[in-house]
Amino acid sequence: MSDHILKARALKKHFKTGGGMLAASGTVKAVDGVSFDVRRGETFAIVGESGCGKSTLARLLMRLLTPTEGDVQFDGADVRSLAGRDLTALRRDMQFIFQDPFSSLNPRMSVGKLVGEPLETHFPKMSAADRRGKVAELLAKVGLRPEHAERYPHEFSGGQRQRIGIARALASAPKLVIGDEPVSALDVSVQAQVINLLSDLRDELGLTLVIIAHDLAVIRHMSDRVAVMYLGQIVEQGDVDTVYNHPRHPYTRALLSAIPVAAHGARTPQTALEGEMPSPANPPSGCRFHTRCPYAKERCASEPPALREADAGNGHIAACHYFEEIAAATPDIGLADVPERAPGAAARFALYEDAMRDRTTLRPRQDQQ
Amino acid sequence: MPNPDTGSDKVLLEVRDFSLRFRGLPSDQINHVNFSVSPGKTLCVVGESGCGKSVTSLAMMGLLPAGAATIRSGEMIFEGQKLDLADHRAMRKLRGSRMTMIFQEPMTSLNPAFRIGDQIAEAVLAHSDASKSEAEDKALAILKRVGIPAPEKRMRDYPHQLSGGMRQRVMIAMALVNDPALLIADEPTTALDVTIQAQILELIRDLQAETDMGTIMITHDLGVVAEIADTVAVMYAGTIVETGPAERIFNDPQHPYTIGLMSSIPQLSGPRGLLATVPGMVPTTQNMPEGCRFATRCPFAQPVCAKEPPLAPLEGGHAVACHFAPLETHLEQSA
Repeated sequence: MSDHILKARALKKHFKTGGGMLAASGTVKAVDGVSFDVRRGETFAIVGESGCGKSTLARLLMRLLTPTEGDVQFDGADVRSLAGRDLTALRRDMQFIFQDPFSSLNPRMSVGKLVGEPLETHFPKMSAADRRGKVAELLAKVGLRPEHAERYPHEFSGGQRQRIGIARALASAPKLVIGDEPVSALDVSVQAQVINLLSDLRDELGLTLVIIAHDLAVIRHMSDRVAVMYLGQIVEQGDVDTVYNHPRHPYTRALLSAIPVAAHGARTPQTALEGEMPSPANPPSGCRFHTRCPYAKERCASEPPALREADAGNGHIAACHYFEEIAAATPDIGLADVPERAPGAAARFALYEDAMRDRTTLRPRQDQQ
Repeated sequence: MPNPDTGSDKVLLEVRDFSLRFRGLPSDQINHVNFSVSPGKTLCVVGESGCGKSVTSLAMMGLLPAGAATIRSGEMIFEGQKLDLADHRAMRKLRGSRMTMIFQEPMTSLNPAFRIGDQIAEAVLAHSDASKSEAEDKALAILKRVGIPAPEKRMRDYPHQLSGGMRQRVMIAMALVNDPALLIADEPTTALDVTIQAQILELIRDLQAETDMGTIMITHDLGVVAEIADTVAVMYAGTIVETGPAERIFNDPQHPYTIGLMSSIPQLSGPRGLLATVPGMVPTTQNMPEGCRFATRCPFAQPVCAKEPPLAPLEGGHAVACHFAPLETHLEQSA
């Protein structure tokens, strides 16, 4: 089988709430029994709406939080038991890119210092001159110029700051990078630049990426495999193409059909979801999705469905008692292909694409020439 | 400018030649902008951060702080009445009654210290002679209409007791309680999850069909535009670079920026892999290029682009501001 760099086994993270003088105490089950394997060199995506526990999961993987139960294995080592020097080594091999490029960079440090800091931590013997050279190299890699090292974060736009964050994450030469909503704070045109940059870097440096996001279209462009989370649990997982073309869990189907498609008349027939995600402090019994599921039956309220194989062989799994029936009744959720544009417009889009290829100013390497 | 919505010749709101400059800056933040909305129709103003879409809507509502910005030119005709955009007193009368606005972040637009029922009733009392109990009845009715479950109970809730989607429904209720003729919605679904976004867009569509209210929707999301727009104005750096019926904008986009924007969107179907992008970033007001403001990022820019291109009409109410439109006939050799 493939070589797994990261394994999560039955991960749980429960937070205690309240319990003060006024509030009754409770437990928020942010992550509640999550298992998956990430293969070396792939991009693995975790998708879900706010409150589904995806960010808590990312922090568990990094051991920024300690799991209540279950464990994480990184490159064969149990992350939970690491301490001291081994934990520092873990931090070197596993890096994090944050969502908000405005609050995750210290405003009082120059870009050179920001990117040099992880080098100082992880390679203390590196000379100052070598470090400067390495910082310049990293900045070039993410499409910034070496002289940017002298500047401060406020002088940069959101997209450029995210590039700084990426350079900082790459400084320690990690094997695995976890991105928590790495592009969701950016404008569309800039978002595309950063998506392309991440996939180029992955190929160039042989990285493994774990991307946490809420945007299914972004994930489709960035990832090889995807896990869909709902209320602290994975409800569906598989290859991106399989999950997007043959979604099995009703939640995945609803999520896909809720995304507005940027084409006139391409409105998808929506599997409208009623209501909102229940509170993770008090999740519904049985299948956690049954309160919003258009297909729910009696059994769904009492018996929690296990993840089981959907289509033979390729690791596509879903947690629903009735996905065969649902898929047989409505095989296609009707993700329309982008309709044909006017003939002139097609030529225009082709012109634009060619022009972009020739300029390729965004590729880190060519930037230097 | 002719009303780009060919389906109706009634015009609810028209803004002509609007320009605005912030104090101390060398170029206009909003640069000769024209647009119009018909009753019962939705105009989407689409563009990225800093393109001036929010500033335009705030100026229309008279919400820009006096002294910070100067209206350099422009007039607004609303329900047949000519208004001076700089006349704050006239604007205050319209605001909240005939013309209302909802914002991106419902948490910061609601007062955390008051019950939501009281906040909605206050909007009624501010614009009519209704009694307190009449206002409360109206508040209850509108909460019911925007789909708040158990509205009698929710009237007594404070904003923090509601979820993001519910808060946005409350904002919509507050905006609609006085039966406005025009609703300005500034990124109303950006902070919401996709499944909740779908619910809110449907709600706005339904309410609009019921009341014949005109809507200006400000968004950066072309997916939302495709869902809800009748007409579209694409803004870049304070200029409308392309405008027209939604169908024309999506099926026959002309401006290089519109094309770049559409190429950058990750799709749910079709080929995966590298996305086309719009290189670089929006110029700051201090470094605004002369002539076409998109020239610094345009892959097709030529010397002539140092001259400002007019927003030239094409067929069917479609107009584009580019010297080379249509690109495929004017730019073959450079491909």
